[in-house]
Amino acid sequence: MSTKALTRETAIVAAARPSPRQPAEPGLELHPQSRRRRLGRQRSLPGSRLLGPLIIVVVWAAASALGLLDPRLLTGPGDVAATAWRLITDGTLGEHVLASLSRAVLGLVIGTVAGVLLAIIAGLTRLGESLVDGTVQIKRAIPVLALIPLLILWLGIGEEFKVTIVALGVLIPIYINTYSALTGIDRKQIELAESLGLSRWQYVRYVLVPGALPGFFVGFRLAVVGSWMALIVVETINATSGIGYMMSQAQLYAQSDIILVGLVVYGVFGFVSDALVRLLERKVLSWRVTLAS
Amino acid sequence: MASDARELTTAVRTVALRRSFGDRDVLDGIDLEIARGEFVALIGRSGSGKSTLLRAVAGLDDSVAGSGEVWVPKRVSLVFQDSRLLPWLRVLDNVVLGQAGPGVKERGRNVLAEVGLAGREKAWPHELSGGEQQRAALARSLVSEPQLLLADEPFGALDALTRIRMHGLLRTLLRVHHPAVLLVTHDVDEALLLADRVLVIENGRFSLDLRVDLPDERNASHPDFVRNRELLLAALGVETAPATIEDLQEIS
Repeated sequence: MSTKALTRETAIVAAARPSPRQPAEPGLELHPQSRRRRLGRQRSLPGSRLLGPLIIVVVWAAASALGLLDPRLLTGPGDVAATAWRLITDGTLGEHVLASLSRAVLGLVIGTVAGVLLAIIAGLTRLGESLVDGTVQIKRAIPVLALIPLLILWLGIGEEFKVTIVALGVLIPIYINTYSALTGIDRKQIELAESLGLSRWQYVRYVLVPGALPGFFVGFRLAVVGSWMALIVVETINATSGIGYMMSQAQLYAQSDIILVGLVVYGVFGFVSDALVRLLERKVLSWRVTLAS
Repeated sequence: MASDARELTTAVRTVALRRSFGDRDVLDGIDLEIARGEFVALIGRSGSGKSTLLRAVAGLDDSVAGSGEVWVPKRVSLVFQDSRLLPWLRVLDNVVLGQAGPGVKERGRNVLAEVGLAGREKAWPHELSGGEQQRAALARSLVSEPQLLLADEPFGALDALTRIRMHGLLRTLLRVHHPAVLLVTHDVDEALLLADRVLVIENGRFSLDLRVDLPDERNASHPDFVRNRELLLAALGVETAPATIEDLQEIS
């Protein structure tokens, strides 16, 4: 049997894996296992996601070094890093970050507690459902930012106002997802709980809460992102501290390096907080982690 | 159980039990009596009302219209076609779910050992095979030492080999725990292998009440077994002779 009769793939396989040549049957192809095309997605390489951002930074640095960029509109990455270092060492950045962080965390905590409580009231009792669900759905249709004028009227432009805006933005995704998880508990699991004679409390503790947790976490991840969004807006409009304030001040003086530092801080916060939530989710929903692996 | 003040003589009694969906009577005045420790298999075609009867005895049909009385003992357990293990509880916690009192975990471990799952207490349900999950469900149903065990096609979703092993396991378990059993199945052989009595239900009524007088170790090729099988198949409207297309059309 000559090699000519074999397909190209087979020849490559045969070369790569020197095995005792067996005469192939005419009309058969050696299964090209090592070169099989996979239809599914290929597994992503660890850290490969950093490639895109890296290329952008390199292009940005090159353009800046070649004098292609107006530093008032876009400073080079080196200058941004230097500005960031200066803001860190003189304490300005830390002060603003702390102000933003405390607003975000406080708003997140209040919004999450309120969202969960409302979801429990609406999800577990018929009266609660008729009182709460419609109300929250209407509230959902009104963008949080549209409430700013009214809230300023009520609360002024202090911290209460900012935390309230964040909390209201957080409440909605938490409520929607937790409520739908609570009402979507598998009928069969309710039947099992009944047949085992579980008390109301045991049912909540062993069936309802664990069953609704995945839905809650979907809402919580959206809420964390949402809390940063709401924060950016309130800090850009009315504030005397915070990352948003720092950036809007920089805009007045055309300090694009400070604006970029602010953007990077927001990005890092968004990324880190999402990673933390995912870590928490993995811990709490450990029975699912093993399912995925 | 010896601790009971008075021994049961009857495990289930239903009186003129009627259940209907819309204007269709699914159960049409059922009078059923199961003695203490008796194993009753309930067979019937799909839509005959066998599952409706089991759910009525289990008290899981609040939303269904009907009348009649159902009398059951205090400790009733259910086994479903799917294991219904809660995925977020480990196997042992699933088994003892809803049980109270001292030594609960120990009882759970013991009954898990009885179904051959010793050492898997800490496993998540999805780490078990289908047969193991159903064994865990069986353990959960027995941990309360039920006086009545209700089973709705508990082996229906298992492969044939696993099912054979489960039949053996169930017989062994019943010798230890001896609850009364009401088993819903569509498998005539399963009914004859396990039950003391087979009830055939058709259009919401019993069309046959067959006492199975076979030795304890049952053998599907025993002439009495074969005769009983033919009797049951005939009651279900299935010819044992090679079926023709016309027969099949008649059945469906």
